[in-house]
Amino acid sequence: MSNAATEAAAPARRPPGIARVLRRTPARIGLAITIVFLVLTVAAGWLAPYDPYDQDLSAALSPPSADHWFGADQYGRDMLSRVMHGTRTALLAVVVADGIALVAGCAMGLVAGFFGGRVDAVVMRLVDVLLAFPYLLLALIIVAALGPGLTNSMIAIGIVYTPQYARLIRGQVLAVRNADYVRAARALGAARTRIMLRHVLPNSFTPILVMATLQAGSVIVETAGLSFLGLGAQPPSPDWGALLADGQSYFLTAWWIATFPGLAIFVVVVGFNLLGDALRDFADPRRTIR
Amino acid sequence: MSRYTISRLGQLVLVLIGVSIVVFFTMHVLPGDVATLLLGERATAAQLADLRHQLGLDQPIWMQYLDFAAQAVRGDLGTSLRSNHPALDDVWNAFPVTFQLALTSLVIAVVIGVPLGVLAGTRPGGWLDNAVLTLTLFGVSMPIFWLGLMLLLLFGAWLGWLPIGGLMPTGLDVPRVTGMTVLDSLIALRPDLLWVSLQYLALPAITLATIPLAMITRITRSEMLATAGLDHVRTARAKGMPERRVIVRHILRNALIPVVTVIGLQLGLLLSGAVLTETIFALPGLGRLMVDSILSRDYPVVQAGALFIAFVFVLVNLLVDLSYALLDPRIRRA
Repeated sequence: MSNAATEAAAPARRPPGIARVLRRTPARIGLAITIVFLVLTVAAGWLAPYDPYDQDLSAALSPPSADHWFGADQYGRDMLSRVMHGTRTALLAVVVADGIALVAGCAMGLVAGFFGGRVDAVVMRLVDVLLAFPYLLLALIIVAALGPGLTNSMIAIGIVYTPQYARLIRGQVLAVRNADYVRAARALGAARTRIMLRHVLPNSFTPILVMATLQAGSVIVETAGLSFLGLGAQPPSPDWGALLADGQSYFLTAWWIATFPGLAIFVVVVGFNLLGDALRDFADPRRTIR
Repeated sequence: MSRYTISRLGQLVLVLIGVSIVVFFTMHVLPGDVATLLLGERATAAQLADLRHQLGLDQPIWMQYLDFAAQAVRGDLGTSLRSNHPALDDVWNAFPVTFQLALTSLVIAVVIGVPLGVLAGTRPGGWLDNAVLTLTLFGVSMPIFWLGLMLLLLFGAWLGWLPIGGLMPTGLDVPRVTGMTVLDSLIALRPDLLWVSLQYLALPAITLATIPLAMITRITRSEMLATAGLDHVRTARAKGMPERRVIVRHILRNALIPVVTVIGLQLGLLLSGAVLTETIFALPGLGRLMVDSILSRDYPVVQAGALFIAFVFVLVNLLVDLSYALLDPRIRRA
């Protein structure tokens, strides 16, 4: 509330810029976590103290120490290195799953909103049916059909998140369909595809970005969840969910194997959520109180 | 029955048909031949053709769907390839475990979440509000399969206060009536069994309650804030009504309507979360059954389980919609 008040009182030269939104502490923490995460995906190979697949049986199940900050697993593989390399599968999941959901959802939402009528009814009933499944259940039956594996689990999560983008974009399209600039484009004889891609879509960019950021965290949790269940990434891949599943078998004797990968998921998801909240405040300053 | 109820029931039937089509076609159209799955890679072409004929897989796909739908309406969803029981029986036997878990979690989430949201929402910006906001952020960001393991480690292994997984200790069985251990212990009038079953339920229920708890707290808080700014609240204060009464009678009552909807929507989260929770705590529920069936390619059970869960989900959403109309007369008249 206080933030909104000061914002409104400040000289209104321009709406709250992205820089001002990112100056708040939670947003900064979120941005910092996201940057560290992205740096690790690129630099894990140089920064990690060991090769994530290197076995050293003399160090098997050794607890956290100066040599192995996060301890070692049952084959003596360094957990810190494995957690660092896990950022790559996590980022891949975000890019692939969030990407599928974004592209498919935007296409469905654009078509439904723009054409209206029967097309709209058919697309939105499909969305309703997809939403009639608890999200993880839908992912489970898609993985059941495609077969377990990292790629298939990412496709499944992508399909699960598609309806949400479709609804968002459809709403955006309905809001601007009769806006003056769209009418003007139509009067000038622009084709429907051109109007959708050049006029409607760019104007929906901010809400899409907000949703993609907020979904990124959920996508990481869910692909890790599928891996944890044995339906996603398979061992010996250093995927956070698979590492956790591995650690579950040893958690009574070697707590560190499951603890650190889970902590990594948690911290990254907190980061994405903080960043997403900040971007949402930027997109819609009225919602700051939430 | 009002027109609203009837139209919602009509939509329900359409969605259920859609759900059955999605489940059926996902299991049949996507790559992966059922006959090869059943007989293995080394089966001869003749054997495969034989089995396909037996299962009706050589029929056009829409015929197969109609057969499937006709049998499903009669409650026949095929036979489990692992247990040889009717698939629906396996699902039905596992359901009470999941139901007991989900219901307990929902109760925990509501009983703690609503008061916490009210406390935070009536003093925005205070220390409690900030603490609640931070905790709910942690809550919604929590991978519950990790939280479950950490709770097991702390309370089960290190402190030894609670058992480390399972439904009941081996050798100790509750006489099965409903399949829900807590309720069955009550029915059997066995306080000793009740205590044990509650101990076994505690950690899984707390784990599963985390995300719904965070979401219910958040929505209660923000609805309290939104309602507190409305005119009728200002009027109530202006006529000198005590603050406690303003909060309970004028803010909370109006804020609760959207909260009820959100509570209903948690069911999807609970059913999804149950899959993970049951895996960590080795509970023989529906979620665990689904995962095991997928891993062993027992597709009749996967299909039956998916249909069953989707039906329950859609049905509960309908009940939530109808109760919403009861709470808010404007919807009934619209």
